Amino acid sequence: MDQGDSAGRLVRPFTLTGGRTRPSRADFTLITTVTTVDPPPERAARPQPEQVRILRQCARPVAVAELAAHLDLPVSVVVIMLCDLLEAGRIIVHPPHPVRRDPCLDLDLLQKVRDGLGRL
Amino acid sequence: MAGSDPAADAVTAPDTVKILIAGGFGVGKTTMVGSVSEIVPLRTEEPLTIAGVGVDDLDGVEGKRATTVALDFGRITIGRDLVLYLFGTPGQQRFWFMWNDLAIGALGAVVLVDVRRPQSSFAAVDFFERRGIPFVVAVNGFFGRHPYPPEEIRDALALPRDVQVLLCDARERESCRDVLIALVDQLIARVHPLLGAPAQGRPGSCGGA
Ligand SMILES: Nc1nc2c(ncn2[C@@H]2O[C@H](COP(=O)(O)OP(=O)(O)OP(=O)(O)O)[C@@H](O)[C@H]2O)c(=O)[nH]1
Ligand SMILES: [Mg+2]
Repeated sequence: MDQGDSAGRLVRPFTLTGGRTRPSRADFTLITTVTTVDPPPERAARPQPEQVRILRQCARPVAVAELAAHLDLPVSVVVIMLCDLLEAGRIIVHPPHPVRRDPCLDLDLLQKVRDGLGRL
Repeated sequence: MAGSDPAADAVTAPDTVKILIAGGFGVGKTTMVGSVSEIVPLRTEEPLTIAGVGVDDLDGVEGKRATTVALDFGRITIGRDLVLYLFGTPGQQRFWFMWNDLAIGALGAVVLVDVRRPQSSFAAVDFFERRGIPFVVAVNGFFGRHPYPPEEIRDALALPRDVQVLLCDARERESCRDVLIALVDQLIARVHPLLGAPAQGRPGSCGGA
């Protein structure tokens, strides 16, 4: 209890993942967006409190980095919890726009970003 | 489109892209992210043990700061279906192992330079150059002063010719926006030399295929 704050910060996130430090799958980047499946799939297991927080936050699509910041948890911990939720069918995942440099970047995408910045 | 409201489109997730704001320690990266972001910059902290470095490796760094590395980021909604994220990379060199992951899938990068000590951003320039990730250099004139012309900064950092050098003020929204636009123009010029900035379109572009 009277451990230093830094120790507490390190230990607590690991307990949320059951001690796991690596994700079970590679679906998640910082800018992958996550959306809660609503209504939940039939016979879905009862989510843990931290999972409930995630499901609530993702009622609208949220990027993984934003989710981690809002939950005040490390991205690596959030990703492990998201893997569980994905496997349980509780969330859907939208990957980032692919960025391929070879042969070259997508001109339409760049033009869109350019126009959007121009409106700032 | 007038009055585009991302909240109205709750069902379809937008496409996301990212640009990195890099540079040496304390050059104004977080300030720049905050200047153009539509949200107050958010922050996540990663325990270094998870991020891939044993805490024991961090000799000389003591106390709470040694246990996590912070990453801050902002967001610009480009349209209903596209959102741009800006990630400020960790400034301290010891945390650069994180950049490898960050750099994957980035459109490009802004290397921010403190006009008073340009060499502090040299390693960032080197990082993106080695990986072939396009970048522009933005010189942050602390206190709005720019004593050196861009060409002098270019020489000081040994920049290739096709990398633009811009003078900016990290505290100013328009200034930071213009830096981002310059980066995207540079990217467009690589794809399509006729559409991009006139300074581009030499070897390395892939137009005409
Ligand atoms: N006067 C002035 N101060 C600035 C400017 N840009 C940043 N600062 C200040 O300089 C300090 C460092 O700026 P940050 O934006 O935190 O720099 P950073 O690159 O994110 O720093 P690290 O993440 O620690 O590497 C802060 O106190 C800022 O308020 C500027 O253009 N002019
Ligand atoms: Mg910073």
